[in-house]
Parts: sequence; C-alpha cells; structure tokens
Amino acid sequence: MGKLLKRKRGLNSVHPVTGALFHAFFIFYTVLCIVPILLVVSVSFSDELTVISNGYKFIPEKFSTYAYEFLFKDATQIIRSYAITIFVTVTGTLCGVTMMALYAYPLSRSDLPFRGPLAFYVFFTMLFNGGLVSFYLVYVRFLGLKDSLLALIIPLLVAPFFILVMRTFFKNIPSELIEAAKIDGAGEFRIAGTIIFPLSVPILATVSLFTALSYWNDWFLSLLFITDDKKVSLQYLMYKTMLNIQYLTSNTKAAQGIAQGGSPVELPSETIRMAMCIVGIGPMVLAYPFFQRYFVKGLLIGAIKG
Amino acid sequence: MMLPTAVFLLINNYLPIAGLIIAFKNVNYVDGVFGSPWNGLNNFKFLFATRDAWIITRNTLLYNAVFIASNIVIAVIFALMLNELRSRWLPKFYQASMFFPFFLSMVVVSYLVFAFLSKSNGFVNNSILPLFGLEPISWYQEPKYWPFILPFINIWKNAGYYTVFFVASMLTISQEYYEAAVIDGASKWQQAIRITLPKLMPLITVLTLLQIGRIFYADFGLFYQVPLNSGAIYSTTNVIDTYVYRALLTLGDFGMSSAAAFYQSVVGFLLVFLSNYIVRRIDRENALF
Repeated sequence: MGKLLKRKRGLNSVHPVTGALFHAFFIFYTVLCIVPILLVVSVSFSDELTVISNGYKFIPEKFSTYAYEFLFKDATQIIRSYAITIFVTVTGTLCGVTMMALYAYPLSRSDLPFRGPLAFYVFFTMLFNGGLVSFYLVYVRFLGLKDSLLALIIPLLVAPFFILVMRTFFKNIPSELIEAAKIDGAGEFRIAGTIIFPLSVPILATVSLFTALSYWNDWFLSLLFITDDKKVSLQYLMYKTMLNIQYLTSNTKAAQGIAQGGSPVELPSETIRMAMCIVGIGPMVLAYPFFQRYFVKGLLIGAIKG
Repeated sequence: MMLPTAVFLLINNYLPIAGLIIAFKNVNYVDGVFGSPWNGLNNFKFLFATRDAWIITRNTLLYNAVFIASNIVIAVIFALMLNELRSRWLPKFYQASMFFPFFLSMVVVSYLVFAFLSKSNGFVNNSILPLFGLEPISWYQEPKYWPFILPFINIWKNAGYYTVFFVASMLTISQEYYEAAVIDGASKWQQAIRITLPKLMPLITVLTLLQIGRIFYADFGLFYQVPLNSGAIYSTTNVIDTYVYRALLTLGDFGMSSAAAFYQSVVGFLLVFLSNYIVRRIDRENALF
C-alpha cells in the first residue's frame, strides 16, 4: 500500500520540463525582487563623477565611499530620525497591540452583552470614513497635535482588520478553560492575563510584526502633521532627501565648506541619495531574513483560520 | 477592557465623519468648521466642473481594477506553480524573496524606481535602451508610460503577499481529491481547474470583494511617492487620494478637497454593499454579510 501511494505521488507531479520551467521562472522573479536594491547599493558606493557621466551600473565603475563619509560627517539628522522612528514604533506597537487585544478578546466571548453592535462599531470603520480633510482637522484643530510625536503614534494604533483576526483566534480557545478559571474565582482581567494571552502568543506576535512594520514604514503621518525637522520619521527623511539634498544637512555651513574645500564635486547628490536609501533601510534588510519567517507564518495562520 | 480602543475609534474614525459636512460649507478659519456658512452643493459643483474630477475618478477606478485583477490572478498562478515544485525548501526560499518587496516602504520603492528611471543616470536610459539603439526617455515627464509602470510596481510589491494567502489555502485542500482525479485520468491542468480553483473560490471572492469595496481608495504611497510628485504626469498618476491631499495641503482649498473626500467615502461605501449584494446573488455563502 505504501509503495502504491509513493508511485502515485510520482505520477501526479508535473512533467520534469515544466518543473524546470517553473524553477527558472521563480529564479528570474526572485532576482527581480532583489536586484533593485543591489543597484542602489552599487551606486551608493560609486564615484559621483563616473555616475554622472556613465549612469547607474550594477557594479561600480569607480569605487568610492565618499557618499557615506559625507552622510556620517553630519549624521545628527539621520540619528534623530532613527531615534524618533524607533521610539514611535516600539511604543506604538506595544500600546496598539494591547489595545486591539483588549477589544478583540471580549468580542470573542459569547457572553458579552451588546456583542453585535460592538463588533459593528469596529468593522464599520473599515467601510466608511470621514476622509482626509476631517481626519486632518480632528488631529490638528480638535486635538491640537500638530508637530507632536503623538500624531505619529495614535493614528496607527488600531487596525480593525487585526481586531477581526484576533477575535477569530480567541474564539478558538476552548471555553472550558475560561469556565474552569471562573469556577476557581478568577476575575475577567485575571483570566485574560494568565490564560488567554499566553495562549495567544503566535497571533499577538504576528499582529505586532505587522503593526511595527506599518509604524516603521510610515512617512505619511510625518508629511501631514510634522513641520519641525527634528521630529520627522526616518522614511519621511528619506523622502525629503530624495527631492532635496539640502534637507539632510542641518548644518549648511558644512555643506558650503565641503563645496569650497576644493573637492571637485559640489554636493555628490546622486550617490548620496542612494547612500541615504541604504542607510535608511539597511537594518531592515538585515533583519528581514529573520523576520520573514514569522510574517509568513502569521499570514498562514490568518489565512487558514480567517 | 474595551474602553481605550472604543475611545480611540470614536476619535480617530467616527469624529472625522462629522467633518464630512465641510463638503457642504464654505469654511474659513475665523468661524471654524461649525460656524462657517453653508454653501450647499457649490463645492461639488466646482469639483465636478473641473476636468480633474473626471481624470482622477477614471485613474482611480482603472488602476484599482487592474490592480485587483492582476494581483489575484498572478498570486493564484504563482501559488499553483509553487505547489507543483518538488523540492522541499526551494519554494520557501522563493516565497521569502517574493515577499521581500512588500516589506519595503513606498519611499524606498520610489528610490528603486528612480535608480532605474532617472533621466540622466537611470539604469534603463543608460544601459538598457542603448542596447536597442533607442534614445533616452524622460520617464518622469511622459504620462503615457505610467499606466504600465504603476501596475508593474504594484504587482512587484504585493504579489508575494497575496501568494502566501493562496498557498495557505491550498494546503487545506484534501489530497484525496487529487488522488481520485489521477485515478480518473485527469491531467494536471484539469486538476488545477476543476479541483484547486473551485476550492480557492471562497478566498478569491472574499479578497476581491474587500478590494472592490475599496476601489475608490488608492494606495496613496504608490501614486504620490513613486512618480516623485511630478506635475507633468498628473494626467495619468493623479488619483482621488492624491488630489484631496494636494488640494488640502498645497492649495489650502478645504472646500474642494472635502468634497472629493466625501465623494470618495460615500461611493466607496455604496460599492461595498453593491459588490456584496452581487456576490450574494451568485453564491450566497461567499458573501461578507
């Protein structure tokens, strides 16, 4: 019987040529996904003049670390934005995931009064919102959060989609556990803290990852609310630098000094831009191999259960 | 327990809904939102009198339709192909690298695109076009290329994400179906069409439905960052979201931008109900509600 099954598996696979074609395609696509970053890396390590005359190449025609030297000479702005982004990401993720879990858990309990309306309250926001103008006014006029770090944190705290995913997960926890705890005299918060949440680590981790990613990648909130250069997020800094190198140097005297100091290039804008990009995403690219496993696993959980 | 989030949603999501009335008012700073005089449908009249209204609507709808269709179709095809690979870990590696672009922010993507499409230094103008003997193209000034560039980038960024959903779903399909099919002499192609695809239909329906509900909302990052805010190509890169943003923060025109936002919210909402209704007529079980 075992032999029969094995042979069947062999029979049901694609023709070897097709299989090879699939592999070839995926290798091509993999390269497509990774190659753009390599181009940027290469340009960031190139000499500015050669880049200007010959264009971007995958292998630097003339190797140079000048762009990075320039960036690190006055790295205050970069460091500031890194600090801001890290702070916003960590606090936002912690608070947000907690808030979402605290809403999703009661929603998963069948004995919650007004369960229907409360669920609707959340999911309606996925369908209908007041638009950008109102959103902006609420935060700037009503809450007075213009130029405040809170404006970078608060909007991304709660994503109704994740509440939905968490609720589904919590529903799958056997109610016997909860009943047993109640018999033992545990209060609601105690039950949540000691039973439900330890069991929910996979889903909490997944939601945390996605939330952290949305905070880390955010540039829109800085665009909308922040005018003080000291408080912009990292991605926003990268965005601004793309359009205007001057934005990066808070110390314009240094920039002038470099230009006047006899260096043949005034402001190595092309290579600096690419170096800025690498500096901005470097940590993420390094962290990606570790985290992607959890992202994919989390999505799998969500897809199967949801 | 639910209080913090409930309060958050109230402020973040429900309060702005009240702000929709701005669309019907002639807001000035002195009187504030609630004190400003009503001006009826004037804002809407101004909005729809401009050619812009038509352009941004057309752009938003067409791009999103293309995005929805291409994302799902390509993700399903990818998932099917991945499922057929015999190696154990190669599919995981492919999936990991396909997922990578999703991880990047649109700002980073705009840099990557710039590295290729920059007029003077970009890789395409300097290394690829000369191979074919073609002149350099001013990519960021020519509107006609962007209806191809933007969908390509959208797929590049999101295909890996959606593929994961479908791969997961395919894992739940019982092998017995396939074994029975093989006994009956079904080819791979037939198996894919008759077994896998129907089994994936609920997921495909839900995903499509959710996206159609948001067809009036564009990916702001994609349309604002990647074209580098180049005015010359607005005719093919301006969508409702970017229009609202530019009208609000660049022009300070509260009236027009809130009229556009109102238009977007209401129509989007109606579309969700409409698409859900249609799906319910076709296949009751697959509807959202």
